[in-house]
Amino acid sequence: MKIDRQTLGFWIVLLGLIILVQVLVSLGILSPFWETLLKIGAVMSIVSLGLNLIYGFNGQFSLGQWGFYAIGAYAAADVTYRWTQMKNASGLMILLLVVLLVGVALYLVARLVSRLRGLDPLSAFALYIIGVLIAAYIGVQLGSLLINPVTQALSALPPNLSLQIVYLLAVLLGGFLAAEVSYLFGLPVLTLGSDYFGIATLGFTIIVKVLLDNSDTLLGFEEMKGARGMVGIPKVTSWLWVALFLVLVIIMLRNLLHSSHGRAIISVREDEIAAKAMGIDVGQQKTFAFVLGSFLAGLAGGLYAHINGFLHPNTFNFIKSFDPMIIVVFGGLGSISGTIMAAFTWALVLEGFLRILLPAGFETWRFVVYPLFLLVMMLLRPQGLFGGFEFPYLRQVLPKPYTPKTQEQLSLVHAVEEAPEGD
Amino acid sequence: MNDEQLTVLQRMIKGKWIGKGFLALLALAIIWWVGGKAIQSPSLFFQQIINGIQLGFVYALIALGYTMVYGIVRLINFAHGDVFMFGAFVSFFAVSLFQLHLWPVQTFPSLPPLIGIVIGTLSVIALSMVSCAILAMTIERIAYKPLRDAPRISALITAIGVSFFLEYFGALPFVFTPNFITYKRPFEIVTWYVKDGIHRLEAGAEAPPGSVIFSNVLIIIILVSILLLVGLNYVVRRTKIGKAMRATAYDKPTSRLMGINVDGVISTTFAIGASLAGAAGVLYATAYPQVVFWMGIIPGLKAFVAAVLGGIGSIPGAFVGALIMGQAEVISAGYISTPMRDAVAFTILILVLLIRPTGIFGEPEREKA
Repeated sequence: MKIDRQTLGFWIVLLGLIILVQVLVSLGILSPFWETLLKIGAVMSIVSLGLNLIYGFNGQFSLGQWGFYAIGAYAAADVTYRWTQMKNASGLMILLLVVLLVGVALYLVARLVSRLRGLDPLSAFALYIIGVLIAAYIGVQLGSLLINPVTQALSALPPNLSLQIVYLLAVLLGGFLAAEVSYLFGLPVLTLGSDYFGIATLGFTIIVKVLLDNSDTLLGFEEMKGARGMVGIPKVTSWLWVALFLVLVIIMLRNLLHSSHGRAIISVREDEIAAKAMGIDVGQQKTFAFVLGSFLAGLAGGLYAHINGFLHPNTFNFIKSFDPMIIVVFGGLGSISGTIMAAFTWALVLEGFLRILLPAGFETWRFVVYPLFLLVMMLLRPQGLFGGFEFPYLRQVLPKPYTPKTQEQLSLVHAVEEAPEGD
Repeated sequence: MNDEQLTVLQRMIKGKWIGKGFLALLALAIIWWVGGKAIQSPSLFFQQIINGIQLGFVYALIALGYTMVYGIVRLINFAHGDVFMFGAFVSFFAVSLFQLHLWPVQTFPSLPPLIGIVIGTLSVIALSMVSCAILAMTIERIAYKPLRDAPRISALITAIGVSFFLEYFGALPFVFTPNFITYKRPFEIVTWYVKDGIHRLEAGAEAPPGSVIFSNVLIIIILVSILLLVGLNYVVRRTKIGKAMRATAYDKPTSRLMGINVDGVISTTFAIGASLAGAAGVLYATAYPQVVFWMGIIPGLKAFVAAVLGGIGSIPGAFVGALIMGQAEVISAGYISTPMRDAVAFTILILVLLIRPTGIFGEPEREKA
């Protein structure tokens, strides 16, 4: 396989930067403060990439990204909390089986609904709800049976290794849980018009936040401690973990968007009716983009939960749900490179440089400067920092125009060009 | 296909019975829950209804601004809640620092005290309305007008930016400070209770159990809101500017061809919506006497939900949606738990959107130029 020089350059720079940061962190040159900000920048990149897929590439104005982020964060945090503090794998096994069985239930109900012709959306939704509730109940019961054997098996491993395994599974399961919730929520909501969709998803974020505020009383998760905030989550997320996830997400999104599937997603944004006419199942593409974007949000949530080891429902306030939207617009809609650059800039400047550069007593001015900057940005460069620009590897490679090489090919091309039109 | 040939399952699908049954079960559960509570203690239930009406009218005033602006420029004006906050602060300064509410009594000592208080209160409200209108027109001129032809997301991000700016600028120590401030009402509060007729409740006295309490705040809120709503209805339906507004909302380029000053109309719409929000700010602060820089976020959001519930772009829809929102919020806060009320409000919104995707009074969505 021949690798493009620019692609090679992109990878060398990207991996070089990741390793450079890790070396600086290991040598203690980069203080933990900046390391945390870099991690948050990477996490925000993943959330915003998910939103960029939903909004920038698929054209669905969603404000629900932050709600899925919260779901992923709390689900993953609960799993690792139970592993480290309660010394059992109860969270892991129950979440695993619930996610697994709900996934199976969603698939089976989807098959059933596609068989039942002429079913109205509300009835289909009712069937989905019933299926998911039954699957979740069975999942909890089955998961409880498996707690002891799995706990013993994991305890046999070295403690650090078992923690890393539980952490990895927790983050992935958080993502899958967010994806399943988004599938269920998207079923009725994705059929709404664009602004109504935005508002419904904003409502989702607020509902999630309120439920998290009452997580200890209403949902029955004692360890989440409701509005007091969840403490005692192991701080497992290292720079290498977030960088690994970020790189994987970039590769996945790049390959997806350069495939025919990705072009179908983009065509829905450009013109729904034309896409339908070309034989694209618009509803399916919307659902796919929404679920995948929410999966990324849940994944990022799991990573975020293990950075500070502390979660509070106020972090998932709906006001903050505008942050990914601002990052995506700031970086440029439909630009992967722009989103990543904007996310890191956002994290480093807003929390880092502005805190240091503004003189003492002026910390409160941060959020006065920030909206002013947004206003100026929107007035001067509404297409975002990068517009549609992409770094070499992420750029869509279009087939080169055909260039004839031999004399024979040249004469063929001429013959085709000179052929009379119309027959 | 003949109806006799259908199986039971097919008939259920055709009649949409599964979804209907699901909704009916949900409605039944809610009615069971609320009805049970109402029978348990009817006076508490009526108290909640009255509180809900009080809140609903305030939401209606805010929701109208959202719905009018959305109808005309298709912009979710997130800064509207902060204009509401600004209105409350203007009235706070007018009452506490400048004692504006006392001017009729001071200039015309011979005036009956009741009329003096009414005029004083109304002038405080009018001052808030005018300052909010000026603020909204400034915002529109600086932030939204240059983006009229830009993609809608730019205007939306700008609106969020303006909202952040108003909040955090207000939170600066020399502006409004980041603290809760106790609000001084422009009039004395008088409370009545209803039990075997209406009785006046003396200050500091306890109302007898099983009675429903209401105060002159409720009366003022209802009267001022109805006055403003009737006025708005008159402006929109009967005047030339109202006609221009409706025309602009319907089709912007054509109204421009018809000689309507579209920019002027949009500016006026912002001003009218903001003045209603300013009045709502004063009324809200008299009902819940506290002002703080972020006080506009949640009522603004609720009012926005109310506007969407009623069908965004529709004025009667905003009013009905706001009353529903007020009742839902008070009942869920009273019977479930206070923090859950936001979740309940949005659950209602999502359920209504499932059944009627464009809200209760909304027209089916159509492409706008």
